[in-house]
Amino acid sequence: MRLALRETMIGFRRAPMLSVLSITTIAFSLFAFGLFSLVAVNIRKTLGEVESRVEIRAFLADGTPVEVVSAAMGDIGAFPEVSRVEYVSPDSALARARAELGEFKDVFESAFLPASIDIRMREGHRDPETVKMIAGRIRSFEFVDDIRYGEDWVDKLYRIRNVATATGLVLGLAFAAVAVIIIGATIRMAVMARAREISIMRLVGATDAFIRRPFLIDGFLKGVLGGLLALGLTWFASQVISRNFIQTAFFSRGLASLGLLGGALLGVIGSSLSVGRHLRKV
Amino acid sequence: MIRFQHVYKEYPRTGLVLQDVSLFVGKGEFVFLTGPSGAGKSSLLKLIYMEELPTKGDVWVSGVRSKGVKRKEVAKLRRKLGVVFQDFRLLEDRTAEANVAFALEVIDAPRSTIQSKVARALTQVGLAAKGTSMPREMSGGEQQRVAIARALVNDPFVLVADEPTGNLDERATRGVFQLLRDINASGTAVVMATHNLELVRRSGYRTIEINRGQVVFDSGDGDREKKVEVLA
Repeated sequence: MRLALRETMIGFRRAPMLSVLSITTIAFSLFAFGLFSLVAVNIRKTLGEVESRVEIRAFLADGTPVEVVSAAMGDIGAFPEVSRVEYVSPDSALARARAELGEFKDVFESAFLPASIDIRMREGHRDPETVKMIAGRIRSFEFVDDIRYGEDWVDKLYRIRNVATATGLVLGLAFAAVAVIIIGATIRMAVMARAREISIMRLVGATDAFIRRPFLIDGFLKGVLGGLLALGLTWFASQVISRNFIQTAFFSRGLASLGLLGGALLGVIGSSLSVGRHLRKV
Repeated sequence: MIRFQHVYKEYPRTGLVLQDVSLFVGKGEFVFLTGPSGAGKSSLLKLIYMEELPTKGDVWVSGVRSKGVKRKEVAKLRRKLGVVFQDFRLLEDRTAEANVAFALEVIDAPRSTIQSKVARALTQVGLAAKGTSMPREMSGGEQQRVAIARALVNDPFVLVADEPTGNLDERATRGVFQLLRDINASGTAVVMATHNLELVRRSGYRTIEINRGQVVFDSGDGDREKKVEVLA
């Protein structure tokens, strides 16, 4: 391992410009991936926030006894798909409606709104089928007069989410593939620059695994350094966007570390492919 | 030790470069490989260190058979033989010592033994005092000696030399050839491809001449027959 590290450093020292060029190329290809991921993260976050508002509102028949309502609330709260059940009295309903209407609040000066129970769904159970199924079960309670859960927009929201996830996955894979190709090409330049050494190594009996080692370290280091640079650039871009256009969320620490690890992995895969190709030829 | 049995080598572009080559090189022998340029000398040498594999026929080198040989086995075989080229193939940015040590480092030799083995090899080729010199600071003859030291440092059973004196002046040629004789005298076989017929004539060593990919003359032919019989 010591020798592999030394050979890696010799490679860096011998062609510093090539190394800098490789790292920059890797950084920019990962930066493009990072920007795309940033958009994906923010879309996901926004959709998550909207999704968390998915709720079923069951309007209660006039004069339903309190003990019946609270027993039903206990039952509904026990559904595994349900995260929270809340009773909204006619007064609270009026106050909420007035707050939501703002300047038109006077419309409700003397109105009467029915009491309701609001049901929030647990994460992972906010898809249209589940919401519809739970709404159906709640409708079967005798004292439920009417039920609303925004059928249309739940359906649309879920569709948007699925499209966003699929697009994200496809584009993400495409970006990752481009990054692997670019990293592979830059490492290939490093391999070509050291073709003489490789031929001498083979001549004196070095195994393929041994020859590969310094290049894998090289790819790993370039991947990490390129990844760090890309992370910095993405952070800078997110700051610029936040200040000038729209508030954006940056990657969590875990996601950023995962990105770095991904960069390193891409570096290793890229070098492994390049060296492998070269070794098959010689 | 080295056996070629009805060996053919064909390249997609250049066609057949070796045809029906059968030969045997015994332990500790010194063999010259002669013939015009493009006759197939280098291809034959490449088959010995298994840089190339025969298109047809079989090559055995120190018990390793070319048919179905794995890359790992080739790597192990090369640790037991030394190869020297006309263009030295040294690492230009490393000292003579580092060039020789490289051959030991890449096969994971114990670090404690590397220094002494390198010093011994450099002494053997008469460059004990030039260990810290860079290749560009050395003459052609000296660079070839470093290459020979690198080839010798693993105590090979055979030294394969492809025109080792091709780039050297007469004086350096004599020096390098004498060194190869000394190496051979200490028990290492030498297979040397050369154009230098004067060198071949004076030495009296076994000579194999190749022309258009075929062995057209082998001064040790009778001997070879005997060895093949013993092997059979």
